[in-house]
Amino acid sequence: MKLVTAVIKPHKWEDVREALETFGVTGMTVSEVSGYGRQKGHTEVYRGAEYDIALVPKIRIEIVVEDGDADDIVGIIVKTAQTGRIGDGKVWVSGIDTVVRVRTGDRDASAI
Amino acid sequence: MEYALQAWMLASASLVLLMTTPALALFYGGMSRSKSVLNMMMMSFSAAGVVGLVYVLWGWSMTYGTQDVALLFSNPFELFGLRNVEGATYLTVGFQLTFAVITAALISGAVADRLKFSAWLLFVPLWVTLSYFPLAHMVWGGGFLSGAQNGLADLVFSGDGGAAVAPVDYAGGTVVHINAGVAGLVLALLLGRRIGFGKEPMKPHNLTLTMLGAGLLWFGWFGFNVGSWVPGDLTGDAMGQYWLDETSLVWLNTTVATCAAIVGWLVVEKIRDGHATSLGAASGVVAGLVAITPACGALSPLGAIALGIVAGVACALAVGLKYRWNYDDSLDVVGVHLVGGLIGTVAIGVLSTSGGIAYGHSPKLLVVQAAVALFAVLWSAVATLVVGLVVKAIVGLRVHEDDEVEGIDGVEHGESAYDLVGARSGGLGGSKHLAGSTHVSEGV
Repeated sequence: MKLVTAVIKPHKWEDVREALETFGVTGMTVSEVSGYGRQKGHTEVYRGAEYDIALVPKIRIEIVVEDGDADDIVGIIVKTAQTGRIGDGKVWVSGIDTVVRVRTGDRDASAI
Repeated sequence: MEYALQAWMLASASLVLLMTTPALALFYGGMSRSKSVLNMMMMSFSAAGVVGLVYVLWGWSMTYGTQDVALLFSNPFELFGLRNVEGATYLTVGFQLTFAVITAALISGAVADRLKFSAWLLFVPLWVTLSYFPLAHMVWGGGFLSGAQNGLADLVFSGDGGAAVAPVDYAGGTVVHINAGVAGLVLALLLGRRIGFGKEPMKPHNLTLTMLGAGLLWFGWFGFNVGSWVPGDLTGDAMGQYWLDETSLVWLNTTVATCAAIVGWLVVEKIRDGHATSLGAASGVVAGLVAITPACGALSPLGAIALGIVAGVACALAVGLKYRWNYDDSLDVVGVHLVGGLIGTVAIGVLSTSGGIAYGHSPKLLVVQAAVALFAVLWSAVATLVVGLVVKAIVGLRVHEDDEVEGIDGVEHGESAYDLVGARSGGLGGSKHLAGSTHVSEGV
């Protein structure tokens, strides 16, 4: 099993969710996060005082998937979330040892 | 007719009270950081609480009592507790009370995040006693800054039984705005800069509150300016006609000067910073209202527009001075109220239709207005310095460094403005209710 984590632009979240649902992904964890990469932050000016706002708001999606689905899901996220402009975000895949469904106690593949 | 006009005064007094609670509290509160917004709002609400009492006890007597002392103030004991005051005079007491309240509350913008609440509660009654009541007496109570015999204007250009040219302050350019602006500057200097001033971002935490506050201030200002007409000896229909002429002009001037100041402020921002901001629009509203306050009865509507543009541009530039000169007037009481108040007070000498140099009159009124403004600056500076040092000696001015960093709301009021942890699930608050207890749990 793999954990696919994607950090994307907030306004792309609905498109990504729809595409993943069409593919067959049944659930995910989504959080509002902030951070920065090459995009850096931006400046804001209040009564002439300029502030560097380092952190940019993003959406983080976490999905636990079977090994064979990981590449497809990464592909879908990249295709759907892409605008081609700086700040589109990142997707990464990491290994998972065990997954347990809290309601039933099912483990691993049947818990996904 | 008199009854109808008194009904308007009741409405005006209520509108002016709205300017402090909640308008100024919202305007300043939105500009504060989220860890000190309650303290900022509490300074407005507590100013209402304290000054309201003091005004009835000795404020009215010091301002409008008959036993004048050296043209500077009246005997505080003559009408102490409104002794021998009755009937419709209570209406005037109430109207004037609300002016004293907002003037004290305006100062709080200069001292955000760091002034002990006990110091504020002590500062306010002492300050209105030494600075506000005397200046109000001098300007409106027939004192040193009115057209009275041996007053400042009379000393400059003496006339027959009084000043040849009487100073003009319709609703409080000197008494309210120059006074509060200077007090804010002096108190900010006594108090010192916030930790991290000029280095850490101290951006407004909620500009929607500030926009709402600015809008309510504008609305309340109609009571402030349009309620400040003086009927003189008129009665009956003559009084009604005068009221209609006067208030129509004052309402329109108040409005168009404000419109012009919004535009002026935003143009400066667009050119200098690249963006026209909502905080700039809200600030322009207040800058325009401040500048037109002393001048609203003396100008034509076109003159009011000219004044509004100048005030909007000048105040937009003046709010940057604190970074250059390194004083922490946190929410720009100096840049908006002192600068706007000075511009409005002095501009009367230029733009007054009945005495301004722009209408071909001699520069006498200009000289008188400048002299009055300067005297108000000096009086307020000395009075505030004395009060500030007394308060510092008794309770100290500043909260502990750790408390300032942590946030003054928790330390001084035992509250936090926003409880957003677990707002969606309702279960992650991290605090617990101690049933029937009088102490507070140690939650998040």
